[in-house]
Amino acid sequence: MKSGEQKNGHENLWRVKVGLAEMLKGGVIMDVTTAEQAKIAEDAGACAVMALERVPSDIRKDGGVARMASPRIIREIMATVTIPVMAKVRIGHFAEAQVLEALEVDYIDESEVLTPADEENHVWKHAFKAPFVCGARNLGEALRRIGEGAAMIRTKGEAGSGNIVEAVRHMRTIVGQMKKLTTLGEEELMHQAKELGAPLDLVQQVAKTGKLPTPNFSAGGIATPADAALMMQLGAEAVFVGSGIFKSSDPAKRAKAIVYATTNYQDAKKVLEASDELGEAMKGLDVRQMDEKDLMQTRGW
Amino acid sequence: MKIGILAIQGDFEAHARVLEKLGVEYVYVRTPEDLQGVDGLILPGGESTTHMKMLAETGLDDAIRKMAANGGAFFGTCAGAIVLAREVKGPPQASLGLMDITVVRNAYGRQLASDVFLLPTKLSEAPLEMVFIRAPVIEAIDKNVEVLAERNGKPVLVQQGRMIAATFHPELTDDTKIHERFVKLVEKTAMSEASSQSRVASRK
Repeated sequence: MKSGEQKNGHENLWRVKVGLAEMLKGGVIMDVTTAEQAKIAEDAGACAVMALERVPSDIRKDGGVARMASPRIIREIMATVTIPVMAKVRIGHFAEAQVLEALEVDYIDESEVLTPADEENHVWKHAFKAPFVCGARNLGEALRRIGEGAAMIRTKGEAGSGNIVEAVRHMRTIVGQMKKLTTLGEEELMHQAKELGAPLDLVQQVAKTGKLPTPNFSAGGIATPADAALMMQLGAEAVFVGSGIFKSSDPAKRAKAIVYATTNYQDAKKVLEASDELGEAMKGLDVRQMDEKDLMQTRGW
Repeated sequence: MKIGILAIQGDFEAHARVLEKLGVEYVYVRTPEDLQGVDGLILPGGESTTHMKMLAETGLDDAIRKMAANGGAFFGTCAGAIVLAREVKGPPQASLGLMDITVVRNAYGRQLASDVFLLPTKLSEAPLEMVFIRAPVIEAIDKNVEVLAERNGKPVLVQQGRMIAATFHPELTDDTKIHERFVKLVEKTAMSEASSQSRVASRK
């Protein structure tokens, strides 16, 4: 390669995809449905926003088919804020992903919050120049998505529930499974790849490093500053907050408080400071009382 | 000698890994108290709007300006370069104003314009691998700012006295050259502080 020549290879594309995820670490990515909400999120210190037509708790309430947001909404949000803008596509809906890439969104979330378009195949994300984030409930699922080209993983949790229990379960599962891999001999990894249903090379990589090959964020149920601090202490490298902010009584204040608690998650006094006088959190749902068919986390595999 | 890494948000751990490789000690900086005894501060990549808001909220902005006035060394990458700049455009936003440079945010475009280049620098014969992610452009510099590397005729790596700014991410590559240069600057800063302290002591 000559000096000054642009490096175009697949490897470099992968580096800038993961690179943007690196830049979001330690931050809060907020769901927004209007340009006005996007501005509130940016002013509160969000490191990125997720442009949506409805937040997950409303998707749950309204029922029907949830699809990619209208380009008009996404474009308005992109024109309003300077931080990265993400948007969601239905699982397996690569044409929606092509539309979002043509729109030049900064990250595409292939998300269980929307109604799946393909119950067998996820999007082949290596085919895109735009980076993808995908949800996972366990290490096998995370590595399958990375194998398809996801450059960032987030726990699925249970979106729109305002209940942290599922995000905790998923993060503990992923971290625990990674820890286990680091204790095994190389002759044991093929069996693990089979058990996890994950590509062997990625299983070998995790066994060596004890970490995912991409950043590992948390989503699905975060509603308070303490929820954010909990997920960060459990090993999340950043947090997504969906309905938790704009379904609370004072979104601007809560948004700022969650940003502050995420940066200072190791300092209980600061998390206390962030938790004071916040008004009402979103009401939330008891996941145990929910019907299996109403769960979003079981979409995708 | 003590190096701090601003750890509000962003890729501060990537900078820490480089310093570990170089065998240099560091502390993460999140409050003004964390700056105690720090001779050089790294401002990492991330979102500059998030960084500036938290700097103002915690009083770290004034603490960092004070550290600069006392001769501290600084190294900003991408968002860090924006935070160090005197003027920020695209759109205008607050900054610490320590370096005499004007920076335009996201000037190459959105994430799809992010890319890796191999470009010549004044640091060595061999070109340097540079990872640009939603990178800013240094649009203008004062005469006292030295250009160490350019892309398309615009500076991407500059130095002004004890301060270095890069619009790309040296912390995301294996090449430690720029970090080594910064560590040397910090060593010089720490030595001059130590000698001025010993002069004060001997006068007593």
